[in-house]
Formats: sequence, C-alpha cells, structure tokens
Amino acid sequence: MDTFDWIVTGAKAAFLVVILLHVVPIMAWVERRGSALIQNRLGPNRVGPLGIFQSLADAVKFIFKEDPVPGHVEPFYYVLAPLVSLVPAFMTFGVIPFASSIQLGDRMIHFQVADLNVGLLYVFSIASLGVYGIIMAGWASNNKYSMLGSLRSSSQMISYEISMGLSVIGIVMVFSSVKLGDIATQQGELLTHFGPLLLPEALQFPRWGVFVQPVGFLIFLVSVFAETNRLPFDLPEGESEIIAGYHLEYGSMKFAMFMMAEYLNMFTASGLLATLYLGGWQLFPGMGYVLHEVQAYFQMSALAGDWTRIVFEVVSFGIKVGFFMWFFVWVRWTLPRFRYDQLMDLGWKVMLPLSLANILITSVFIFFGWV
Amino acid sequence: MDISPLFFYGLAGLAIACSFWVVFNRNPVSSAFSLVLVFFSFAGIYALLDAHLIATLQILVYAGAIMVLFIFVIMLLNADIPSFDLARSHLFVKCIAGFISVLLFGLFTWVFQKSPNSRALGPFTVEAIEASGGNTQVLSELLFSEYILPFELTSILLLAAIVGAVALAKRKLAGGRF
Repeated sequence: MDTFDWIVTGAKAAFLVVILLHVVPIMAWVERRGSALIQNRLGPNRVGPLGIFQSLADAVKFIFKEDPVPGHVEPFYYVLAPLVSLVPAFMTFGVIPFASSIQLGDRMIHFQVADLNVGLLYVFSIASLGVYGIIMAGWASNNKYSMLGSLRSSSQMISYEISMGLSVIGIVMVFSSVKLGDIATQQGELLTHFGPLLLPEALQFPRWGVFVQPVGFLIFLVSVFAETNRLPFDLPEGESEIIAGYHLEYGSMKFAMFMMAEYLNMFTASGLLATLYLGGWQLFPGMGYVLHEVQAYFQMSALAGDWTRIVFEVVSFGIKVGFFMWFFVWVRWTLPRFRYDQLMDLGWKVMLPLSLANILITSVFIFFGWV
Repeated sequence: MDISPLFFYGLAGLAIACSFWVVFNRNPVSSAFSLVLVFFSFAGIYALLDAHLIATLQILVYAGAIMVLFIFVIMLLNADIPSFDLARSHLFVKCIAGFISVLLFGLFTWVFQKSPNSRALGPFTVEAIEASGGNTQVLSELLFSEYILPFELTSILLLAAIVGAVALAKRKLAGGRF
C-alpha cells in the first residue's frame, strides 16, 4: 500500500463514518414523523421546520444529562457494554459496496471500504459480536429485569442468526461468490430463465437477488427484524413484563449508544438487503437512460461522465437502502408484537426448515441450469 | 510502510494479557468475556497472515457462537464465585499447577528453538491463493474434492451429537423431573 491507497481508503472510511453518524438522528426523526403519520398525529413539529431539529435537541439533551452509574452495577462492564454493542455496528458496513468502480489513471478505485474475499462471512461474524454488548449490559446491570431482557434478546438473536445465515447460502450458490462486490456486479445481468421456462426478450428483467431467491429474501427480511430487535420482534423490551430490558439501568449518552447501535444495525441490514437482493448499486430501470442523456447534454469528458455514473449509483443504492429503512418504521407502527414462544416457534419450526428447503431447491435449480 | 509488526505485537500482547486475566480472574463471567477478547486477537493475527477465512471463522464460530453458549451456561447455572476463588484452593494444587505450566512453557520454547527456521513453502502461498480466487474458494474446493470423506464424516459426527443431545433432553422431560 502506498500513500495514494492510504488516502483513498481513509477517505472512503471517513465518508462512511460520516454517513453512519448522520443516519441515527435522521432515522430518529423519520421514526417519529412516520409513526405520527401512521397514527394520524402530527409528531414533533416545534423545533425547526417539520421538527427536523428535534433529533439535534435530543442529542444535546443526551450529552448534557446527568450520567450516573448506579451503585449496584459492575462498573467496568457497565460502561463497556454500550461501546461493545456500538463498535460492531460501525464495523459491519465496511464491506458493503455503495457504488461500482472508477478508473483514475492506471488505478481502479472500488467504492467499498474493504473488498475482503470473505465478504459476507465478515458481516455475519462481526454482527454476531453485537450480542456481547447486550449480554454484558444485562449482566453488569445486576438487575433481574435487565438480565431477563438480555437473555431474551441474545437467544432471539442466536436463533434467527441461523436461518439468516442459511437463507443467504442460496444467494451465494446462485452467484457463486461471497464477495459482495461480485454479487452486486452479477445482478446487472439479465434474467433469461423463469424456472425451466425460457423468457422472451421483452420479458427479461435484471437478475436481482429477489427474483432468483424470493424465498431466501423473505426469510432474510424476517430474520433481520429479529436480529435488530425491532417490532414485531422487540421482545427484549416490554413495559408490562421486564420494563426496558437490557438497557433499563442506562441513561443519557450510554442509553443513546444502545439506540445508535440499533439504528446502525438497521442501516447495515438495509444495505445488505439492498446489495444481496435488490442489485446493490445497480441503477433502476430508466436511470441508465437518464444518465446517458445527462452525459450527452453536458458533453462530459470520460472522467466527468464516470463520476456522474458514480453519483447515480450512490443515489440508486441510497433509494434502495432508504426504502428498507422506511420499511422497518412502517412495519413497526403497523404490526402488533409477537409473544416470546411464538417468536421462537417461528424461528425454529418455520424459518429454519424453510431456509434448508430453499437451499435444497436452489441446488436442484442450479443442477438443471435454471438459475 | 509496513506496520504489520506493530499490529502483531499489539494483538499478541493483548492475547497474552487477556489469557492471564482469564486464569487469574475470580469472576467466571468476566473470565469468559476476556476469553472472547483472546479469540478476537487470535483472529486479528490470522488476518495479518492473510488467512482471512480462518480469521472470520474464528470470530464467527468461537467468539460469536461457542463463547455465547459458555456465557449462557455460566449465567444460567449461576456458578458460585467462591468455587473460582484462588485463595481457597489448596497449596499443593497450586504448586502442581504452577510446575506443570512452567514445564509446558519450557517444552514449547525448546520445540520452537529446535525446529528448523527455514521450511520449504507448500503450494498454497499467498500469491497462489490470490491467483486462484481467494481463501474461501481455494478452501471450499479442497473441502469438496480432496477432503470430501473427512468432511462428510465430521458432519455425521455432528449430526450424531445433535441427535444425542435431543434424545437426552427428551428422556429427562419424559421422566417428569422438570
């Protein structure tokens, strides 16, 4: 690695961190306004236009609030726990590509912080570390409600991690790569088969993961809700049973860090869903035409044209991620929550067999060359 | 600028320090948390050696799955802290443990000093692996061709373990002791 590589990698990492840090307050605002929209209320509307600065006010409040450490906790792990859940949340997005690549001189720059050849496995391994923050918080709080909440949360995360991992195997089999960059690139091709049927030219559509792996997509989507502890699977919290669960003893910025971790996990999950199943940075149908028109209208040089393409790809990826983020909010304020035994039954008796069957059927399809 | 020695000594130091913390800590749960950190630093060292797949699997399997189970067991069985208390254990046991540790350390040092420094490189150099599609691909191809029999036998072993666990749990349930 020479200086240029260092600068490029640093710039990409900095860009990503800035985006990740901005996702949290924006999502907090979207969640409030979204819930108000769904429940026919107004939501925050006093601070700034449409209450957009409400999150800023909240951040100020979180930072300047008194930050006591209760007397009955294990101080070291109590302080460490929010960090342990926040850091993996920041780390996972590093392998997700947010645009394709650009040629600068004789160098190829990929818009992805780290193009690891273990790609997808990296996301799962780092995401599985997030559970320690929750276990640690529940244990260090020395409180029965916290402990129960953390046990619920971690067992739910472990159970759904299995079906989540298995559902992705279908995608890995179809695109025969675990590198997220490769998977996103291959989704730009056209789908020529629908099962054993050959599609006519007019009906061919992009080979997005959702079209080749619809069942895998569904399993992954449901598992992600359980992994991020979002409604309808937000069992770790329950006002009438275990109050606030694992973050019961936390206040001010330490509580905010748990909240940030939740939103960042949502963001990573949305990025992963978009990359695996909606073509990642691949342009929407029609955007390619607009891009050509723009390039032709301004008579751009090859380099400027390439940068315009990158901007279009980032926008396309952003729309897909934004859709899933909104989907999380939408589901939260629409569906009632599950009971804990129902959640476990769904995970082990429906999702797990379904994901195994999905692998089997996918391998049959691949054997006959239908995918 | 090669900064990998810096990372190696950092991670190795962390691993050793955390291992000591695992042994000398009196609280079983915090011992388990330090063990997670030990695994994590091992994964870092593997990644420095360009063995990305092993590093990832180390975190995914050991840190992400097995240790979570350990911590669950420690928490749910409510292992009492005094049984981990060093001060209460017998002096004789301490002496034996210390002697064996020193002996093992000496043995390892001796073996590593005796072993030849330069070995012939196998076919799987970093460049060769990079050329044939990365760690994941090379390892999976080997696993499903040359080593298919041991691989499948291991899976049967694991299946037997799962069936055994289920059978044991079922029998207890039928006995009405729970």
